[in-house]
Amino acid sequence: MKEIVILSGKGGTGKTTLTASLAALWKNKVTADCDVDAADLHLILRPEIKQRTDFYGGKEAVIDLEKCTQCGQCQEVCVFDAIDADFVVSEINCEGCGACYYFCPAEAISLIDRHSGEWYLSETRFGPLVHARLGIAEENSGKLVSLVKGQAKMLAEQRHLETILVDGSPGIGCPVISSLAGADLVLVVTEPTISAKHDMERIFSLAKHFGVPAAAVVNKYDLNENLTEEVESLCHREGVELLGRISYDPVVTEAMVQGKAIVEYTDGTVAQEVRNILGNLQAAL
Amino acid sequence: MIIAVASGKGGTGKTTVVTNLAWLLKSEGVTLLDCDVEEPNSALFLRPKWEESNSFRQFVPEVDLEKCTYCGQCSQLCQFGAIITVKENILVFPELCHSCLGCKRICPVDAIGDGERELGTVSVGRAGAIRFVQGELRIGEAQAPPLIREVKLRGIVPARKNVVLIDSPPGTSCPVIEAVKGSDLVVLVTEPTPFGLHDLKLAVEMVRTLKLRCGLVINRSTIGDRKVWSYCQEENIPILLEIADDRRIAEVYSRGELVVEALPEYRKAFRHLYQQILTLTKRN
Ligand code: SF4
Ligand code: SF4
Ligand code: SF4
Ligand code: SF4
Repeated sequence: MKEIVILSGKGGTGKTTLTASLAALWKNKVTADCDVDAADLHLILRPEIKQRTDFYGGKEAVIDLEKCTQCGQCQEVCVFDAIDADFVVSEINCEGCGACYYFCPAEAISLIDRHSGEWYLSETRFGPLVHARLGIAEENSGKLVSLVKGQAKMLAEQRHLETILVDGSPGIGCPVISSLAGADLVLVVTEPTISAKHDMERIFSLAKHFGVPAAAVVNKYDLNENLTEEVESLCHREGVELLGRISYDPVVTEAMVQGKAIVEYTDGTVAQEVRNILGNLQAAL
Repeated sequence: MIIAVASGKGGTGKTTVVTNLAWLLKSEGVTLLDCDVEEPNSALFLRPKWEESNSFRQFVPEVDLEKCTYCGQCSQLCQFGAIITVKENILVFPELCHSCLGCKRICPVDAIGDGERELGTVSVGRAGAIRFVQGELRIGEAQAPPLIREVKLRGIVPARKNVVLIDSPPGTSCPVIEAVKGSDLVVLVTEPTPFGLHDLKLAVEMVRTLKLRCGLVINRSTIGDRKVWSYCQEENIPILLEIADDRRIAEVYSRGELVVEALPEYRKAFRHLYQQILTLTKRN
């Protein structure tokens, strides 16, 4: 079984758009949306949810004001400033570290499981999808990503599917690190802008750090062809395989507005470019 | 006045709005905080001269094995599995630690000392008259929020009455919360596409959870569909600025230049945005 994670560093480079088209073309795979913070893939895949499960990511402290003697110990030990002057815990600030719980002399504090989101097993016209929604202002995106990936893997085993296609998050932090664990290849979607190039370099370092080989695609390459060449030679230097280029074309947004993958919506240049990328990607694996 | 610029979806033009606004306000003593510490990009456009750059470190437990009795109390307290006691052995996993100090406090024999782990660097500098503070997360480090907290501590001088602009990370989870917390207004930047609208709704929910106020910039307003406008009307979200799709802006951006410098006809638009921001924040 092979697992491909699609990342970009910088947001908005076309990561999810490309994932949707790869999902449309690829047979025998499970798709996993690990951009749990701002998941968009479902807007194109339009899943039919088969199973919905609550996600409890961590703990949170609750103070029983009846028992509380207002000694102030908890406020002193909480390094996250989560307990206000009236001994009420701020859900937003509390990291669930448990320090207050262990130091309260009156046993007025309990640590409860924190409901941090939900995850879904779904069917789509392009095969099964595992996805999730992290609650607003929640932590533990990394844990939810690991959970989604674990479920996708189980599903792939049950149904004898060969590939897991993972749409990752922007950035290089907690959810991205979790999505890299155990992956066979990182596909970096970049664009010819100095910001995207800068962010791509950080993703390459991250992939190297975790020992995952990387490949790259340059989206909207004709926006600045000089920079496209710079990005591509950077990939060469880093030993990153280039799988193709995609043109800057309004048809991409039109397809999105229709809730369709590009390859479903058109047979034009962009669709052809995406098909080539899939071919190169499968060859690279 | 603290203005955070954020967006649910990445790549909608957050950095463009922050950097161009900063340039316009440079005579007013503006400070720009790049809190998108995973991918800090504002400096690529404003090219500040760095005056100092310091590694930012946080507490992790360092166990003195001479003193430790392997009683296991620290491991019991730690909710993150960052310190594990097994029989006559104790293991620390620094990357899991949230630096809550609980283990150190609870240890009955004072066996836990101050170790540290580097989260990233905080750099301070100037781009002309613009004061600039940036955080950069170390590659392989998962926890952005403490570093963001540090950037804000460095950058926000409470006594000063100047304008502070914050470039926030994308999304709606803990790093964004840390970045936008305490601001007078959150400027959300979106594109009028299904992805843009979906992520905008999440961002608005985030702003409301924090009980903050927001206004909207619609970037590339001539693409996609009109659903963002009807959403704003239903939800009563003020639209501060619309920027039509213009390939020249994309090209200017791709080269790391400022729109207000390369395409001076856009100065008026950004000035208008600042006026709108002022009106909204004054309506307090
Ligand atoms: S430590 Fe316990 S008793 Fe003391 S103020 Fe906190 S909750 Fe109340
Ligand atoms: S669990 Fe930790 S973060 Fe939450 S209130 Fe208690 S001490 Fe503070
Ligand atoms: S609490 Fe102190 S003595 Fe007990 S296991 Fe931890 S470090 Fe060792
Ligand atoms: S400081 Fe807190 S999170 Fe870190 S090891 Fe100690 S108890 Fe665990």
